[in-house]
Amino acid sequence: MSNAVSILNGATFNGAVKITEAGLRGMITLRGDLSSAQLKAAVSAAVGLDIPAQRKVDHGPMGGVAWMSPDEVLLLVEYDKADAITADISNALTGEHHMVVNVSDARAVFLVAGKGSREVLAKGAPVDLSPDAFGIGDIRRSRIGQLVAAFWMTEDETFELVCFRSVGAFMFDWLSTAAREGSLPEYL
Amino acid sequence: MLMLKCPNCGVTAEETEFAPGGEAHLKRYTAGSEDQAFSDYLFARKNPRGVHFERWRHAFGCGKWFHVARCTATLEVFGTYSAQTSTPPDNIIAAVKAKRPDWEGFK
Amino acid sequence: MSTRLTSGGSVIDRETSVSFTFNGKKFKGHKGDTLASALLANGQTLVGRSFKYHRPRGIMASGVEEPNALVNMGQGNRFEPNQRTTTTEVFDGLTAKSQNHWPSLEFDIGAINNKVPRLLPAGFYYKTFMKPQWAWKHLFEPIIRHSAGLGNAPKEADADRYEYFYAYVDVLIVGGGMAGLAAAREAGASGAKVLLLEQTANLGGRLAVDSATIDGKPSAEWIAQTTAELEAMENVTIRTRMMGSGVFDHGYAMGYERITDHAPSDTAPRHRLWRIRAKRIVTATGALERPISFAGNDIPGVMLASAVRDYATLFGVSAGDRTVVVTNNDDAYRTAITMKNAGLEVPVILNARTEANGALPNQARALGIRVETGKGISSVNGYKFVTGVEICSQAGEGTPLETIPCDVVAMSGGWSPVVHLWSHCGGKLNWDEANAMFSPDPSRPPLGADGNGFVLTAGTASGDLHSAPALQNAITAGRQAATEAGFTPTESAAPLVITEAEEPMLPVWSMPAGAPYKLRAKSWLDFQNDVKVSDVRLAAQEGYESVDHTKRYTTLGMATDQGKLSNINGLAILADSVNAPIPKVGTTTFRPPYTPISLGSIAGEARGNLFKPTRKSPIDTWQDANDAVWEPVADWRRPYTYRRSGETTGQAVTREIMNTRTGVSILDASTLGKILVKGPDAAKFLDLLYTNMMSSLKVGKCRYGLMCTENGFLFDDGVVARLSDDEFLCHTTTGGSDNVYAWMEEWLQTEWWDLEVYTTNVTEQFAQIAIVGPNARKVLEKLGGMDVSSEALPFMSFTDGTLAGIKARPFRISFSGELSYEIAVPNAQGQAFWDKVMEAGEEFGIMPYGTEALHVMRADKGFIMIGDETDGTVIPQDLKLGWAVSKKKEDFIGKRAMEREFLQRSDRKQLVGLLTENPADVLPDGAHAVEGGKNRYGQENMIGHVTSTYFSPTLNHSIAMALIKSGSKRMGEVLTFPIGNNKTIKATVVDPVFYDKEGERQNV
Repeated sequence: MSNAVSILNGATFNGAVKITEAGLRGMITLRGDLSSAQLKAAVSAAVGLDIPAQRKVDHGPMGGVAWMSPDEVLLLVEYDKADAITADISNALTGEHHMVVNVSDARAVFLVAGKGSREVLAKGAPVDLSPDAFGIGDIRRSRIGQLVAAFWMTEDETFELVCFRSVGAFMFDWLSTAAREGSLPEYL
Repeated sequence: MLMLKCPNCGVTAEETEFAPGGEAHLKRYTAGSEDQAFSDYLFARKNPRGVHFERWRHAFGCGKWFHVARCTATLEVFGTYSAQTSTPPDNIIAAVKAKRPDWEGFK
Repeated sequence: MSTRLTSGGSVIDRETSVSFTFNGKKFKGHKGDTLASALLANGQTLVGRSFKYHRPRGIMASGVEEPNALVNMGQGNRFEPNQRTTTTEVFDGLTAKSQNHWPSLEFDIGAINNKVPRLLPAGFYYKTFMKPQWAWKHLFEPIIRHSAGLGNAPKEADADRYEYFYAYVDVLIVGGGMAGLAAAREAGASGAKVLLLEQTANLGGRLAVDSATIDGKPSAEWIAQTTAELEAMENVTIRTRMMGSGVFDHGYAMGYERITDHAPSDTAPRHRLWRIRAKRIVTATGALERPISFAGNDIPGVMLASAVRDYATLFGVSAGDRTVVVTNNDDAYRTAITMKNAGLEVPVILNARTEANGALPNQARALGIRVETGKGISSVNGYKFVTGVEICSQAGEGTPLETIPCDVVAMSGGWSPVVHLWSHCGGKLNWDEANAMFSPDPSRPPLGADGNGFVLTAGTASGDLHSAPALQNAITAGRQAATEAGFTPTESAAPLVITEAEEPMLPVWSMPAGAPYKLRAKSWLDFQNDVKVSDVRLAAQEGYESVDHTKRYTTLGMATDQGKLSNINGLAILADSVNAPIPKVGTTTFRPPYTPISLGSIAGEARGNLFKPTRKSPIDTWQDANDAVWEPVADWRRPYTYRRSGETTGQAVTREIMNTRTGVSILDASTLGKILVKGPDAAKFLDLLYTNMMSSLKVGKCRYGLMCTENGFLFDDGVVARLSDDEFLCHTTTGGSDNVYAWMEEWLQTEWWDLEVYTTNVTEQFAQIAIVGPNARKVLEKLGGMDVSSEALPFMSFTDGTLAGIKARPFRISFSGELSYEIAVPNAQGQAFWDKVMEAGEEFGIMPYGTEALHVMRADKGFIMIGDETDGTVIPQDLKLGWAVSKKKEDFIGKRAMEREFLQRSDRKQLVGLLTENPADVLPDGAHAVEGGKNRYGQENMIGHVTSTYFSPTLNHSIAMALIKSGSKRMGEVLTFPIGNNKTIKATVVDPVFYDKEGERQNV
């Protein structure tokens, strides 16, 4: 898949906080009965992880899994493996009502890294982003300004943020504006 | 601007994350139904000053619908609950009664 | 003459000078000065002209309540009108200009209005500019527009940046005076997350001016120590230069932070609008002093008593050399004492009360100040500045008893608690008879989501005007807020406050009590909007009894200060005029923001390229580099056409159409909605959703489907492909993808939750590239990788495979009437695929076409477009799409509605084609067909309108589609379309399929 390109080819912005377009990421939407043993097994086989609790995200050597809604998880895998894993899960869930779709190409992913990254997001997300309210392992689906987005933390002061690909350029501009030098509230 | 708790994903968020969906617990009338019943289903909506049941969608969040029991006069929220129910559940009814003893009940 | 004193000035830094200009003249101030204090320090007491009468105006207050001293601030792309000098901190390079005068501040032609005030009474505009009607547009409005407004409108785009910030706290405290600090300390000690906002640059509020001893400490020390304690608490944040501008439902508060107004910057945002959610909000907003209504109370030099001592104490500035104090309370004696102690003259204190024996009056007397009880001001002498006052008996009609020369009049009509934030979200007020003021009723607070009050008041904002009870009140409020937010306050001792005891005030609404018209007509209530006591009395005489009507009729309280000084006095005058008690007359509604906030802060970051998200297809960059003429389509931008150099837009569209009809072209259709629907009940669900039967669709096949609302009205269409027994891919319109996806989920979650169906919106997972035209198959064959023959891939089918080495799913569907393949490839490879198609198609003359060519070609074929042929009142049958409405299905959304009589009538507007008499005449979009005769309004009888209209290069003839009453019965009829200027176009009703009626071209 050498001719596959991400929305901004890894563009970066260095401000008070660093914004990076993360390149192609494998993402698989899996809808079904999250309590089913068959589904749990399929997810475990795919990413080596259990189904996370409500609004939690988990990462491991094989990938990640995020709780999206009571009947949906998002699997985070290598881009090139997404089609194969989607097919594997589909096979594994034969006979059980489910839906599994490779949505990797429909998304843009950004890294928001550095001290103040919480504040960059808090300029657009109506979410309590203080350390006692949001930390590693949490995922939040909300909005950033006018855009639908989901985000989680991978380490201290580093967020991964996902939005639709068609607005990836707008999101990058938004984040870069919010992250420019000298603009952080220094509150959180 | 309201704060609502989405019972599907557990988030308490401000109104801008949600989309309103009008009156809850409408009964759908379909092919062959009486004209008046169908007309009411399409057009007649309650507009109480006080206890009201509404549909909301967590549009910028988990995408799920849910129900809200709310006072239209004071904006007090008595509770939020599953969208997959055709009448308010007992615990919601009780929560409303506790706050509004004079409430005539869900009709 | 106002000037800088040699001592005093607790907030200025005398070591640091700053230069600024006022009306082009250079001035110097100190760091810490407001523009107002710096102007006074330079002897500039004349600052602007009034709104209506162009009277000279000076600085009256020292804070947000200032009605007069507004200026045009800054220049060029940082210019802003109506900026308060009293809330603007000076900085090096500040430029300000006075407002509302011509040709100059000193000499203003508009002041002629002042000579004839009887000609500009309350309701002047309503009474005068009534007739003749034509004059309004051509004469009155231009004149009024010229003279209206205070400052000038900015002409350049704002150079500054603005932004939002979302914050969540347990306790939000608005106000950093004594009460705010004390409440914050209590709440902070409980462990609650506390945010304290102070609108000015300095903490302390009135306590920084009016000293008291708290717990044995002088006020300055208490402020410093409490601030230090708060700063040491990790859970407490203090933000200065940030106003609590509004309180809204469910603990929502708006904070308006002015970041660079005092220190311009090219990097930091100018204003940040904080959107705060708090479990409890404590408004420690203090109180505002009230003016007194006496003749000439607007002349520069007449100031609030508290402001006069603020300037002396905080800024080391004397407002003048000889200050006459006029008051109805003890507090204003502090001003006399302050001025006297600064070595200035206080010739007299005029006390409207008949007695004054409190601690402060006695202190004043002890300093040798003359105190006159039962006295007031008959009138102020002077025009551009105060030269003296005429003393009179308060009880009388204003006969002057004595002239006292002075250059400052310090007035105090008592104090009103700032109840704005308490009231914004529904907090109710009580009338406090003793202090003649409205104060918050703690038993009727604004209610939160849990039904409990979420706003508490603290300190003087509660109505406790004196330090000791105010401090106790604030401590209680801080503790209560913490408790209600779920925290446990720590034990603390009751505070000990030592300050002068004060005797009761006496309401004085008019000075003197029996002021005749001549005096009332010079007694100002609303200084900014030039409303006088006589205006409110006139309004009452004319029958305006409601405060809300009076407000609008006289414009009382409608200026940028929103009546902070004028409201209560105006209310009292109105109440007196209509002989009702003040609480009966009531008060107008307090609405956010507390003081004006910048429009930029409301817009936030959403301007320029961030104004609104534009969705972009994977081919966007290529299109932009290849002559795309952009058109917004829903939230996307799509090429309208690709205009080559030397072409007009119309020529480009024609070229694209002819190339498609005769050769092969390429279209980016990626924006079409694509929704996967899967599950054991998927077919059943789609049967309910679409008007057509979808369960009978065979795997591998496509079917055009329609979706209606429960009203029966068509709202989206698209091709459905069956991927497997239990999985479908539903295409939607470009604008409909999100709506249709939400629509599906709504029905699945809220009505048919027993159905086993999942959906996913995969619109952006795929780029969808259409290859269209007689040579389309040749291009696909050249791309290679799969069999695309008519046998392997017949019309209205699809298959999965590989094209040019890229995973692809071609659909044999056509919106142009030509042989057409719409090929879905992974979005990330969309551009790569497009490039390969362009390369393979080169020998066949392939070229891209845009949305206009697409529209013209679909109109050739009579295909409808959602939003053109539909408008939310159109049913499929109106559009000759009855064939797509199943008669077999028991139920689908919209079926019941279609049984309604109105939707079954034969005279509904129905889709027809139109051919104009002159093939070159293109009907205007939306043109109405008339059938002769007029309706009862004298309008032409209309029978329908044009929905789509183009010149078709394929047919070399203008074509149109229209919705015409009983259209299907009018074949061959010639209709008349008036198009304005007495011109009409005639067109013949024809079948809407203009081209290739049998569909032979697409099915090859």
